Amino acid sequence: MAFIPHTSDDIARMLEVIGVQSIEDLFDEIPKELRAGVLDVPPAMGEMEVARLLSDRAAGDGRQLNFIGAGAYEHHIPAPVWAIATRGEFYSAYTPYQAEASQGTLQLIYEYQSMMCALTGMQVSNASLYDGASALAEACLMAVRANRASSSRRILVPRAVNPTYARVAHSIAGNQNIVFEPVDFDRAAGRTLLESLETYGGQDVTALVVQQPNFFGSLEEADQLTDWAHDHKILVIAVVNPISLALLKAPGQWGTRSDSNRGADIVCGEGQPLGVPLASGGPYFGFMATRMQYVRQMPGRIVGRTVDTEGRPGFSLTLQAREQHIRRSKATSNICTNQGLMVTAATIYMSLLGAAGLERVAEASLQRTAQLAAALGAVAGVRPAFKTRHFHETVLQLDRPVAPVLAALARRGILGGLDLGERYPELGHALLVCATETKSDADIAAYAGALADIMNTSRAAA
Amino acid sequence: MSNIPSDLRYMKSHEWVRTIQDGSMEIGISEHAQAALGDLVFVEVPEVGRTLAAGEACAVVESVKAASDVYSPVGGKVVAANAALATSPELLNQDPYGAGWLFRVQANSPGEPAALMSASDYEAYLADEAK
Repeated sequence: MAFIPHTSDDIARMLEVIGVQSIEDLFDEIPKELRAGVLDVPPAMGEMEVARLLSDRAAGDGRQLNFIGAGAYEHHIPAPVWAIATRGEFYSAYTPYQAEASQGTLQLIYEYQSMMCALTGMQVSNASLYDGASALAEACLMAVRANRASSSRRILVPRAVNPTYARVAHSIAGNQNIVFEPVDFDRAAGRTLLESLETYGGQDVTALVVQQPNFFGSLEEADQLTDWAHDHKILVIAVVNPISLALLKAPGQWGTRSDSNRGADIVCGEGQPLGVPLASGGPYFGFMATRMQYVRQMPGRIVGRTVDTEGRPGFSLTLQAREQHIRRSKATSNICTNQGLMVTAATIYMSLLGAAGLERVAEASLQRTAQLAAALGAVAGVRPAFKTRHFHETVLQLDRPVAPVLAALARRGILGGLDLGERYPELGHALLVCATETKSDADIAAYAGALADIMNTSRAAA
Repeated sequence: MSNIPSDLRYMKSHEWVRTIQDGSMEIGISEHAQAALGDLVFVEVPEVGRTLAAGEACAVVESVKAASDVYSPVGGKVVAANAALATSPELLNQDPYGAGWLFRVQANSPGEPAALMSASDYEAYLADEAK
């Protein structure tokens, strides 16, 4: 039985109507090298044979030991998280269209929002966004609406912000006359240079992005950056790793100014570390929280708690006049979505771990990364790139090109980190490595041993 | 029939315009418009000092079921805005031609913009729209 409803005649007619030659032409936008290409499955295989073929191929990947972070992080996910999240009552990707008929889903989102407010130190959170990168793009658009003291639509994006996020923000917001200006980082400390911000003092700037910890894993001087921005009527967009907030100061507390001026104005980031497994690009989820005074500028759904006509507590979608089904082209966003299932997992994850559990995960990750940095730094030809405090990720400097070293490590079943050479040529042979609570003493020793071996062998060969 | 004061001028997008003694124009929304929106929960007025183009969206009125932009009839500078609406948006439902005014604008050039309707024209326009 064919499960594809369109006959080749149907397809030909549809292509003719829209004026393209083939289905392949519809994918012109996507560069060839990014497409999956031919899957090489022989014709006329049954389901059983195909399943066998693909599981054999998957086995070829092996069980790699992963030390790559760079925005997506491997954490232990307690088994109940997905056992509960995949129950029929929760297993739906979207906020239901007849939202208030699904009180359980709305309550879960309300609890999620409350937890994110507690974690970020902000007053109001939305029901989630697509992912961390698009959350930053939405935060930039929101900042332009919220900062009424500024009309420049200029946003300062430090180079130490995840470069993928910066590119996505540019793709989404760049066509709306928003100008992104890079801010350099301190080569020795691996954090944003306060002095390079001084050029902008007295100019009309809409917002400053502060990623904490930044893409290099280094800790930014968040208090000073926040004070500088607020002194110049510039909004602060915080990009944070939610796990790190168990140890670091909440963005709502950044800065040293009086209460009304303290803290980031918009907080966003990638929610994946909270119970969502690593996958090739997702699904993950973005989060966003802000001050109550900016709530009407925030994109995305918001669930509120209310009472029904008989005074009983209940939950409803609220402030919907911001959204596209009401506000049309003037909505706060016409592209954002929420990630209901991922949020369900994250809410269960946070509930199961509690504040103390999250703190243990963060502390263990911090310690494992320190241990990893020490072990790898002891290998000849390897040294730390920055003298700085970092969270669970750090940059190493190698005395030779990184790519062949990573390839050699991969052959030994180790994913050794991210080569920064392409994105940050000024850092030379730089390697971004990460260890979370999932890495044991033996794992770290295995990486250090393999690296020493590879560095030695290639030195001997050279 | 909704109340349409004869001393005001009206726009097709349901704003009313009152020329006041200092020569500036006061802008609000008509009784018909507030009734169509229902109970207002939020009103956003432009910042004093902001420069507006004629026809520019510069205020937002939001009810539980809808949100609408309010447009400036003339190009000019905002000289006053009704701050009371921030905490009491219901003023706009209760008294759309008085306490519910939105903002005042000082026009760049003197004289009344041609596109404004008289009360009787606006009444006919509403009757026509209802058909």
